[in-house]
Amino acid sequence: MASIRLSVPPTAKRGDVIELKALIQHPMESGYRRGSRGEAIPRNIITRFECLYDGERVFAADFQPGIAADPFLTFHTRATQSGMLVFRWTDEHGESWQETAMLMVT
Amino acid sequence: MTNKIAWVLAMVLVSACTPADHRENNLDAPFERLQSGYDLLTPETQALQDDTFSNPGYLWVDRGAALFGAGHGYTPSCASCHASGLIGAAASYPAIDTATGQLLNLEGRINTCRERHQNLPALEHESDDLLALTVYVANQSRGVPLSVDTGGAAAAHYANGRDYFFTRRGQFNLSCHQCHDQNAGMRLRGDTISQGHGNGFPAYRLEWQTLGSLQRRIRDCDTGVRAEPLSLGNQTYVDLELYLNARANGLEIESPAIRR
Repeated sequence: MASIRLSVPPTAKRGDVIELKALIQHPMESGYRRGSRGEAIPRNIITRFECLYDGERVFAADFQPGIAADPFLTFHTRATQSGMLVFRWTDEHGESWQETAMLMVT
Repeated sequence: MTNKIAWVLAMVLVSACTPADHRENNLDAPFERLQSGYDLLTPETQALQDDTFSNPGYLWVDRGAALFGAGHGYTPSCASCHASGLIGAAASYPAIDTATGQLLNLEGRINTCRERHQNLPALEHESDDLLALTVYVANQSRGVPLSVDTGGAAAAHYANGRDYFFTRRGQFNLSCHQCHDQNAGMRLRGDTISQGHGNGFPAYRLEWQTLGSLQRRIRDCDTGVRAEPLSLGNQTYVDLELYLNARANGLEIESPAIRR
């Protein structure tokens, strides 16, 4: 279970630039570290983040091993019409986590 | 002439003793002002702690809230007994369990509750679920001053914890007291030595890249002086937590704090 926190304004005026924030619990293990017995700790990172707004991709990011654990993103988009915001993280093994939020545009 | 020299010597002695006096005479309350580890953070890290959205510790608070309200088949949820929450409860821990006379920290109390009232197995130390429940309960006391009771049945535990605090250990032969009382505020390896209060725990440590308990932090200190750390949940560590919180009595709980 990965905990996810989203910050999306519930309503916005058409044409407004809105701030979106997304935080997910993930170890983002770089693959460069070793455990207490000297064994290599295998890499385990999220590689891709995407945000869809009413079906259209408005923000995407590729993650690399240097990104800290529990990655936190803040980005902006323009409110055009009421619709669903989908936040999706995918790790290098293909597992993905998704959370959605409704935005009402007046 | 001799009188004059004696007088000058006396003044030198007095001025040399004055700053240390408070620390040396009040071994268990060595500070004129209690200083949270928060004060040693950069403004950016302080802002991260203060922002209840982006503070990553709240990932565990959310998870703890869900666990607190969740029933497990025939067993009651935490919330079915503690319907109005546990505001302020964390401030008095570690505390004596009246049924067994044992000293329990918050983690121990949660596990005892699970076994006694919910018929559930105890959660593993440092597991996400135990940290989540602990930080969820501690967070309800955010801003509440610590006020642990060291009298009665707790007195022996307090004495044992105090003993651990003042005992030199490890290859470096250092006691907690030497760094966190005598040299608090001084620099060590590019960092400032804190007064050693646990008011922010469970805390999100940037070094760990995750949330961890006070005992995990204490184990890091023991490892730092090259002593063999005790196991998580060890009674002596719980006693030490009691001593630490007693010397921090009055300091506000910040959990989940951000610490370096």
